[in-house]
Amino acid sequence: MNLTLKVWRQQNTKADGKFETYQVKNISHEMSFLEMIDVLNEQLIVEGAEPVAFDHDCREGICGMCSMYIDGKPHGPWQANTTCQLHMRAFKDGDTITIEPWRANAFPVVKDLMVDRSAFDRIIQAGGYISVNTGNAVDGNSLPINKDKADAAFAAAMCIGCGACVAACKNSSAMLFLSAKVSHLALLPQGEPERKSRVMNMVAQMDKEGFGACTNTGACEATCPKEISLTNIARLNQEYLAASITSN
Amino acid sequence: MTWKQVFSTSVGNKLIMALTGIFLILFLVIHAALNACIWAMDGGEMFNKGAHFMGSNVVPRILEIGLFAGFILHIVQSYKLTIKNKKARSVGYEVDYGNRGSKWYSRSMALLGTIVLLFLVIHLTDFWYPNRSNQGFLLGEEINLYLKMQDTFSQLWVVIVYVAGCISLGYHLAHGFQSAFKTLGVHNKRYHIMLSSLGLGFSIVIAVLFALMPISFYMGWV
Ligand code: HEM
Ligand code: SF4
Ligand code: FES
Repeated sequence: MNLTLKVWRQQNTKADGKFETYQVKNISHEMSFLEMIDVLNEQLIVEGAEPVAFDHDCREGICGMCSMYIDGKPHGPWQANTTCQLHMRAFKDGDTITIEPWRANAFPVVKDLMVDRSAFDRIIQAGGYISVNTGNAVDGNSLPINKDKADAAFAAAMCIGCGACVAACKNSSAMLFLSAKVSHLALLPQGEPERKSRVMNMVAQMDKEGFGACTNTGACEATCPKEISLTNIARLNQEYLAASITSN
Repeated sequence: MTWKQVFSTSVGNKLIMALTGIFLILFLVIHAALNACIWAMDGGEMFNKGAHFMGSNVVPRILEIGLFAGFILHIVQSYKLTIKNKKARSVGYEVDYGNRGSKWYSRSMALLGTIVLLFLVIHLTDFWYPNRSNQGFLLGEEINLYLKMQDTFSQLWVVIVYVAGCISLGYHLAHGFQSAFKTLGVHNKRYHIMLSSLGLGFSIVIAVLFALMPISFYMGWV
């Protein structure tokens, strides 16, 4: 199929960007969206133009690097899906596709479609870990964990930190991401010792990074490639409330 | 950790919204129940008795101050939050995200709230202000509020403004009621389903009940 692409081009963080329109021809239905962009880039290189910069790594839906806002949807039109796993059969011949970077002040554009998501790393550094002593690892079976909790913790741990939730949210809120990280550890006994300081420090860091506040609209949950549930946000709120009521 | 710190993060700001929001919901229950006395079909006798109690007894008059404080806190916090949230994205999208996963009214809380606020100002100037100024803002002589309602709601445009205000309030609550409990941390599926249905039912009942009041006077049902 032949497609028209409207792609955001921006030289660097400080430069003004604008949309450029490109034509790509003979795109197979079986290509992934990123392979289609590869075709565009090869074409640009042959023409002597600068290829479109975009983030990607695993190309199998597990790393969270690929970040494209495709026709108004982070990761494109499919549900529970990353850009790298979006296939061109989602489009038809003659379509015009608009591709934008994630938009949030906390995610400044590095170049073209690449944004700097290190704000997420700093949120994790503020408390998204457990401290363990060195020495022999304890036997996993010596720590009984309720099956429901293990499942819920695992579902929260699925978050790949892609930032689509922020991109979709009208408030550019990072609450779905944060709540996944907080829930994952709050549900497990290993997370217990740092449970209170974790939520307080991570919320403080999230605010420092300039993300907006959550208004429970649900746009994040609907766009999340890993189907992280909005329930986690309510759990985060509970963790926050419990930690603040019981702190000194 | 001080209380000031607790309430000044983005999650803490939301807690203020939720706590004041639930407080205002409780006010609505009392307000709707008392006003329903207009349908006692006794020429406003029971309604005026209720209104007299609310206006002449010290306890509800002290609670009234709390109500104003609750409104002010809810409104000031909501605008601060809305501005902060808007500022978090200075360059917008070419193609709008649309409504995948979210209801239009959940994305329009500030707009709906502003309509409710404008309605509130009109409503207070229609009834609260004339009554309280007649009382010298203390515990003086009240006006006949039933007759005042009859008079006010004899004009069609006033009825339309009131019905529009009630519809906005209904949508505000359709999102706000369940959202407030999420903000307070209710995440058990069982309670969440219960509170969501209760919230939707409450929003519809409150909006219809309040809207029926001006309509009843205009149509001459009471
Ligand atoms: C009787 C009147 C009102 C009631 C019962 C009410 C109730 C509520 C409730 C329960 C919430 C949900 C809180 C949460 O999500 O945690 C809420 C949110 C909100 N209210 Fe109100 N409200 C009223 C009036 C107003 C007014 C007059 C305004 C604005 C001028 C306003 C603006 C907002 C905004 C912007 C939100 C969204 C905040 C957020 O979700 O973060 N409300 N309201
Ligand atoms: S919660 Fe979902 S959308 Fe948000 S960062 Fe994690 S995987 Fe991506
Ligand atoms: S490239 Fe790794 S998730 Fe898409």
